[in-house]
Amino acid sequence: MSAEQSGLLDRHLAFVEALRGAGLSVSLAEDLDSLAALGTVRWGERATVRDAFAATMVKKQAQRTTFDALFDVYFPAMVGDGAASAGDQEAGDADAGDDGGAVRDNASALADFRDRLAEALDGPQLDEAELRRMAAEMVGVFGAMPGRGPGLSSWSAYTALQRVAPQELVDRLVAGLMGEGADAEDARRQANRRIGSFTAMVEDDARRRIAEEKGPDHVADVAVRPSIDKLAFMAARRTDLDEMRKEIFPLARRLATRLAKEQHSRHARTAPLDFRRTVRASIATGGVPITTHHRPKRPHRTDLVVLCDVSGSVANFAQFTLLFVFALREVFQSMRAFTFIDHVHEVTGHFRPGADPVDVLSDLAAAASHAALWGRTNYGRAFTKFEESHLDALTPKTTLLILGDARSNYSDLHEDALKRLAGSVKRAFWLNPEHERNWGTGDSAAPTYGEIVRMIECRNLTQLSEFVHDLAW
Amino acid sequence: MNWFDAPADAAARLATAGYLADAATATTTYLAGALEKPLLLEGPAGVGKTELAKAVSRATGAELVRLQCYEGLDEARALYEWNYKKQLLRIQAANAGGSGEGGVDWDATHDDIFSEEFLLTRPLLTAIRRDEPTVLLIDEVDKTDIEVEGLLLEVLSDFQVTIPELGTVAATRRPFVVLTSNASRELSEAVKRRCLYLHIDYPDAARERQILQQQVPGLDDRIAEQLVATVGRLRELELKKAPSIAESVDWARTLIALEIRDLDEKAIADTLGAVLKHQSDHQRAVKELKLARA
Repeated sequence: MSAEQSGLLDRHLAFVEALRGAGLSVSLAEDLDSLAALGTVRWGERATVRDAFAATMVKKQAQRTTFDALFDVYFPAMVGDGAASAGDQEAGDADAGDDGGAVRDNASALADFRDRLAEALDGPQLDEAELRRMAAEMVGVFGAMPGRGPGLSSWSAYTALQRVAPQELVDRLVAGLMGEGADAEDARRQANRRIGSFTAMVEDDARRRIAEEKGPDHVADVAVRPSIDKLAFMAARRTDLDEMRKEIFPLARRLATRLAKEQHSRHARTAPLDFRRTVRASIATGGVPITTHHRPKRPHRTDLVVLCDVSGSVANFAQFTLLFVFALREVFQSMRAFTFIDHVHEVTGHFRPGADPVDVLSDLAAAASHAALWGRTNYGRAFTKFEESHLDALTPKTTLLILGDARSNYSDLHEDALKRLAGSVKRAFWLNPEHERNWGTGDSAAPTYGEIVRMIECRNLTQLSEFVHDLAW
Repeated sequence: MNWFDAPADAAARLATAGYLADAATATTTYLAGALEKPLLLEGPAGVGKTELAKAVSRATGAELVRLQCYEGLDEARALYEWNYKKQLLRIQAANAGGSGEGGVDWDATHDDIFSEEFLLTRPLLTAIRRDEPTVLLIDEVDKTDIEVEGLLLEVLSDFQVTIPELGTVAATRRPFVVLTSNASRELSEAVKRRCLYLHIDYPDAARERQILQQQVPGLDDRIAEQLVATVGRLRELELKKAPSIAESVDWARTLIALEIRDLDEKAIADTLGAVLKHQSDHQRAVKELKLARA
């Protein structure tokens, strides 16, 4: 391989560097493996090359989206408007006609493009290559932001999507799909999915073009979203939230097995000897107790009381944390959950064993209305109210968990109430979904409360599961 | 040994062995053979991880050696152990014979009882010692304790095992190693570093239909299409256990057995038990698919 001349090695190293920057642990061993793997496959197929890279470098499915995004940036499927743009003009001439040359950005072109897009998205079988080409055309024509000099022009998926507004095509698509015999609900779902994937293609293409202009390293730094377990709750988009919610139960299950296993192996050495089993096992070895057996120890369990801020600013975070703790309820001896905004409301009843998480979430959302009397978060009042009406929930065996951003709208903080609450339980923790550097800014009472109760930053699923792991020990 | 010539060759030969692999699976399987590295498969239960290992063994004519992992699996069950009972008998026999003319002395017996004859090889050692082509399947590796992973490290990186009394046994011919995991526990970085990684997910509709028609003879096109569409719909719901390929195959067999020719709402409601294994999942499916209550 004449890597020095082709720049391929540099590109490869930059790619590995970007993967590491994005949090994948690509060691030298994997780096070498990937080159060995590349040496054995043909380079003609981009998909094969990607699979070979993925097989050697990605070791966790959660990292796959990050990997794919970076792969597209460093090894783009096409350059500029793509090889297809020549063919596109022939096709474009037929229907765009009047411009007779490159397609320009104007109202008629927009209308024409939308028609063609609707046509491409319609039909029983989608042509992926064609759609990808259309995404490239869309960014090239409607998303261009010309700059004043070379390297200053840029592309915006946002602008392109705003102008073309593929979401408005949904009704047309639905009508088309229903014409083919799909029922209304099914058609709408399919139409939304198709437009969603097209939107993702447009975003990919804009990223690709920017990478071409400014160099991939720049894009890798700014535009690649973190994988779902590292994504901050507060920054999650609607689709991310759905994906996160699907992650919650598997994550809780993994954590529960890990806990059980660690408890098992930690106790194995210190647990009392099971004399009967050991002697019985020794018969096989002529009475020599070669393997010893130990009595399993009773797992230590915690009474958990969760006190949760459900105001708008932290609603996402609260839902996840409540669901997560709920999914782990067998790890805890008993669990009671309360939500508050300025008034406290018990929601333990919504967490029935075996209940459907979707129902639980909608119930919780409905219950949030009980938690607000005045409608503005007021931690001070919530703590005093809790002390008045639910003090029986706290015992010296209890672990108290408070979830919230500690932003109390400049109201009276009632530290004394929190102090009394924290004093009546075994341990108390406060999970704050804000970045630690923002604590204490504006109306955040994090420093004040942090002095009474240990406050922990918890911004994503990974931090959440780490915390619960420590908690359940 | 050359396991496969190219990704396309892997795909074709796996297909003749009854396993329809997608492009990523074929490429990674080929690479595992070409680089002689273990292949770690992850993915939801029932998407055909174990099946891939079996298909590789069928496609290449190699013998399959399987190590089923479970909690509490130890070295003695995974690697080798000494046949204590037989050793005891041997010692007693030596003593009994020795009472006459001085008998066999201790040194001879000592060497004798730690020989090949008293060695019970378990899957890992068996796979390493075989001269013929071998596929070693280490199934559900996430179920083991951390300690077993340490054991796997030596086996997977150097393909050799050290037995104190016999010395080091190195593989004359590297087996094709497949590890499967449901990711109920993160495996250690060290194990992952030694392996190629592949996540097998639910197949797309077209491939699933092919799989169904291959696995379930007598399934006509229309019902296969309906079935795949329904299963796809179910996977989109938030279920505790989403149906996988194994379940859709079961479902197809159920429909054949019941001689159901059309998968209408009633048929779905009647046979939902073949696909969904949780009460709350049933309720959710009935609600979302708007089925009449069965």
